[in-house]
Amino acid sequence: MKHVIIDYGAGNIASIMKACHESGLEAVLSHQPDVIKNAESLILPGVGAFKEAMDKLEESGLIPLIKQHVHDDKPFLGICLGMQLLYEKSFEMGEHRGLGFLEGQVVPLETTVKVPHMGWNQLRFSQPGNPLIKTIKENDYVYFVHSYYVQSKDQYLVAYAEYGNVIPAIVQKGRVVGMQFHPEKSGRTGKALLNAYKELIK
Amino acid sequence: MLARRIIPCLDVKDGRVVKGKQFTALEDVDAPERLSAFYDQEGADELVFYDITASHEARKTSLEFVEKVAQTISIPFTVGGGVNTLEDFTTVLRKGADKVSINTGAVLNPALIEAAANKFGRQCVVLSIDAKYNGESYDVYLHGGRTKTNLDAIEWAQKGVALGAGEIVINSMDTDGVKTGFNLDLVKKVCEAVNVPVIASGGAGKIADFLSLAKSTGADGMLAASVFHYQEISIKELKIALSAIGIPIRLEELNNGIKL
Repeated sequence: MKHVIIDYGAGNIASIMKACHESGLEAVLSHQPDVIKNAESLILPGVGAFKEAMDKLEESGLIPLIKQHVHDDKPFLGICLGMQLLYEKSFEMGEHRGLGFLEGQVVPLETTVKVPHMGWNQLRFSQPGNPLIKTIKENDYVYFVHSYYVQSKDQYLVAYAEYGNVIPAIVQKGRVVGMQFHPEKSGRTGKALLNAYKELIK
Repeated sequence: MLARRIIPCLDVKDGRVVKGKQFTALEDVDAPERLSAFYDQEGADELVFYDITASHEARKTSLEFVEKVAQTISIPFTVGGGVNTLEDFTTVLRKGADKVSINTGAVLNPALIEAAANKFGRQCVVLSIDAKYNGESYDVYLHGGRTKTNLDAIEWAQKGVALGAGEIVINSMDTDGVKTGFNLDLVKKVCEAVNVPVIASGGAGKIADFLSLAKSTGADGMLAASVFHYQEISIKELKIALSAIGIPIRLEELNNGIKL
């Protein structure tokens, strides 16, 4: 099985490569259309601003291939901003269109809490039996860094964090999975989650 | 619940970790990546590295250690020291750091905060402030505490956040290195003044110092160096002690059912 991390110039790729490797998910980094096309699974990382990331994806010319991949029901994992990009639109500095694989929108965090939401927060389960979280326990901590969060349909919510509001942390629709936190920076719990993802897509 | 973070700070000079007692009398402690791996296993929530001589000697941070650390640990880390330009940000982030800390460079050129926040996102921009009490308020110092400015530390923190800083590290020069406890007054004032995470630094000597900081201030992170490097305080014991008084703390080992 070939796992490919999409290289479009956004994100701390080295850490994701390392964490995938340590979780038994052997991934390669690529922006080559034929590599993306033939990937069994794709990982979309991302840090920074929504619009800039979408622009870079557009420039890469890879969006049609990514859409085909998801249309073919192949596994796809979006991490942090990479999860937010899965949704229809974002209101981060304007209004911007996303990939639209999941229904919902990206909006600013409540100002009743410190922004960014930065640090280790607990995962609460909304689908306790979901295989994606079978390797961890409810209330385990993972590392979050974000100023915007996803508002979407509860049916796709696997796990969430509480921070001023319900913050979707792990979402799943079919074989499209999103993680709002950074599994690659979340110690053993992060690796356990990447391992669960690997098992799920076998 | 968002956990309070325990953050060992590693001062780096010539690729080695050192800890200056009030910024003088340097002693070698260990290699950055070795200490980093140790702290990751011990349960540190994050690490901070400063190249403490960078500003003073006007040279760029020697960054080889950043890549080594990134390849070693699975928790986030910040790198600072001698960061004066957007290119410095790019270099540090490309080598695998999660956040970049700016201090002197931000005071001399506040626009750098805004430019970096716009380019990399405010979550990458940590404003580090060295502050010293003048009898009435706190002054900002530069160059590792060697140069006094006319800036008020609280006002500077607010301005830094308005410009785009996503986190503040507030280091009390009055308590730094003397191990008599954090400067609770200063930390409280900064926490009240800004709506971003605040990391308290300077003064940790014993576990009780962390407990009073956590109880009486809103500090999100608690940073210390020598008490961890010389293993005067065990991070595991510290985290258990904090958890025992009801402070939200990440205890990965406990949650995973492994007895400490």
